[in-house]
Amino acid sequence: MDTKSIMIVGVGGQGSLLASRIIGNVLLSQGFDVKVSEVHGMSQRGGSVVTYVKYGDKVYSPVIEKGEADIIVSFELLEAARWLSYLKRGGHLITSTQTLDPMPVITGAAQYPTDIVEKIKGLGVDIIAADALSLAEEAGNAKASNVVLMGLIASKMSFDDEVWKDAIKNCVPEKFLELNLKAFELGKNIE
Amino acid sequence: MKKLMLGNEAFARGLFEGGCQLISSYPGTPSTEITEFGAKYEEMYAEWAPNEKVAMETALGASIAGARSFCGMKHVGLNVAADPLYTAAYTGVNGGMVIAVADDPGMHSSQNEQDSRHHAIASKVLMLEPSDSAECKEFVKQGFELSEQFDTPVIIRLSTRVSHSQSSVELCDRENVPTKPYEKNPQKYVMMPAYAKGRHVFVEERTKKLIEYGETSPLNTVEINGTDVGVITSGIAYQYAKEALGDSVSYLKLGIVNPLPVNIIKDFAEKFKTVYVIEELDDIIETHCKKLGLNVIGKELFGFIGELSQAIIADKILGKKTEFTEFTENVPVRPPVMCAGCPHRGLFYSLAKNKITVSGDIGCYTLGAAAPLNSMDSTICMGASISALHGMNKIRGAEGEKKTVAVIGDSTFIHSGITGLINIAYNATNSTVIILDNSITGMTGHQQNPTTGYNLKGDPASKVSLEALCKAVGINRVRVVDPYNMKETEAAVLEELAVEEPSVIISRRPCALLKYVKHKPALNVDKDKCRSCKMCLKIGCPAISIKDGKAEIDKTLCVGCGICTEMCRFDAIAE
Repeated sequence: MDTKSIMIVGVGGQGSLLASRIIGNVLLSQGFDVKVSEVHGMSQRGGSVVTYVKYGDKVYSPVIEKGEADIIVSFELLEAARWLSYLKRGGHLITSTQTLDPMPVITGAAQYPTDIVEKIKGLGVDIIAADALSLAEEAGNAKASNVVLMGLIASKMSFDDEVWKDAIKNCVPEKFLELNLKAFELGKNIE
Repeated sequence: MKKLMLGNEAFARGLFEGGCQLISSYPGTPSTEITEFGAKYEEMYAEWAPNEKVAMETALGASIAGARSFCGMKHVGLNVAADPLYTAAYTGVNGGMVIAVADDPGMHSSQNEQDSRHHAIASKVLMLEPSDSAECKEFVKQGFELSEQFDTPVIIRLSTRVSHSQSSVELCDRENVPTKPYEKNPQKYVMMPAYAKGRHVFVEERTKKLIEYGETSPLNTVEINGTDVGVITSGIAYQYAKEALGDSVSYLKLGIVNPLPVNIIKDFAEKFKTVYVIEELDDIIETHCKKLGLNVIGKELFGFIGELSQAIIADKILGKKTEFTEFTENVPVRPPVMCAGCPHRGLFYSLAKNKITVSGDIGCYTLGAAAPLNSMDSTICMGASISALHGMNKIRGAEGEKKTVAVIGDSTFIHSGITGLINIAYNATNSTVIILDNSITGMTGHQQNPTTGYNLKGDPASKVSLEALCKAVGINRVRVVDPYNMKETEAAVLEELAVEEPSVIISRRPCALLKYVKHKPALNVDKDKCRSCKMCLKIGCPAISIKDGKAEIDKTLCVGCGICTEMCRFDAIAE
């Protein structure tokens, strides 16, 4: 099969590393060649962060370029707008409706765009927006919104739930497992 | 067993499987995780050294003692370790010695974009360059073998995308590599002129042998897919090229990037009508090809700046562009910021408010240069804040001394700030140095250092007393402040700037992200008291924003540090 590309975008500290590890685990268990590219260091400090996941028979480049992503998962609304250009024509954009003001907005140097979801829809893009933060709080911790979104991606991909749950088990510490499995279920049942 | 591993994790696995006994490194993105993963194997001794020079000398000592050894660093770290490197090239090794240097094309987390291949060329040591995690592991094991076979340290060059990408790796067992006997051999290890002259002859002979080895080494691979276009490449650039061009072109992938082979390159290039050299950063392979009289195309298409990608290669070689849809409005940038509760925030606000010139350094606190704090004047390299302050003060005199400080983190101070402070004491400027002691190496993700009281494995260790150290080098005025008390800290800075002798202020408060740090409850804004003056926004805290004209604090981010309560003149912010 051709290489498929998934991008996970958000704000440093939102848990994109864990999300990418869960997806990577799922894909490896299904026998795909997988590459996952992460960002460490300075950009992690509350900056815009992006993680690439690519899989197929044989993956070469670990990075995703503009117009190449089959799926983009965004943990924050402004980041969905920022990285939209990386979506392949006909790809899926999944975003949390959570908003976090970047420093130029906090200091008043820039405005946070309004009605982002509607505007992206208006461009003819397939976008699913979900209140992952509330669902994560329902699961027991706001920080689990990354795993809520994993549930939502799972519904867009063709792997069994058990495969995802095994991957979550491999990637989160025992004491947070129940919480994360619940978050996954809540994400999976959106719509 | 197959496992998805970061390049750095696979590198550490290679150290383990290759029988490495000692790891000594200084953290630096994107190299840090090699040593962190390496420390998880009980079979290898692993440590954080105070800087890269010490790390490399430690690894060389272990090699001379007969063990396979390793030191890892980022590209600029190799500049610090260049001194031992260039002479280790002469002494060669006893046990195999592998050095990791991680370049950062695109400068994701660095102050320059240097190409470390120049160091391999200048020091005349073997350099290998893997292109994915599986190769990271294999090249490390090969590196140890080649190090012993050719009596040379071996540098393995990584880049951000190799270090920080996960791909699948087949795990093997650890080789049993016994420690070699140590024999006194001053002609080989005492590099004074008489002996070094002999070793230089050896180095030149070794280079010839390494070039010869490269002609047939399995590390250099040829992939023929037709005779129209040939691509000569190495490292991550190979992966980009392969994705962009697939099997439509032929490849010479160089796993050995110094010294570069001759015949294999000539033979390959002569087969094709057009030959491209695809390499990130500098034109090292291209220059080598041109020296061999080969007509290759490289930097005229790809340039010297930033990362390559499959899109750039497809565009430049095939003229192919991918279509995409863009968001139609301006999307505000989201630069990295100091975390909520960062102990440095209040201090930087005070420095900016008092219009103090700030000689900065390398670490999280470099973010103090960004808006709205805008409170840094220079950042150069590890330790430069203190030495550059001394130089500025010598030129700007007493007036400058009263308005200029250096800021430097605890780990950076130990790395190479202390020598600058000795210079201030010895060569006498009335300089004011602020050590931002957050009790950890922060930017690279919380590594222990000699001031924290713990070692790499997390065990209790000897702890440098910064107060005693500064006094011992001749600074009489050394004081400790709590930066969460902004007024007291500001008063201390102004007082020390005013005195007629050098002083050190230790601004001490652990990083708010440390697990053991207990946070206070999140703060609230009393909307009735808030007058919308926006003073609280001036400290650039990511937890504070304006909603419906009034300040609001994000409870998921706020750690109750209280700096904003010192900013508010209307007592609107409280628990």
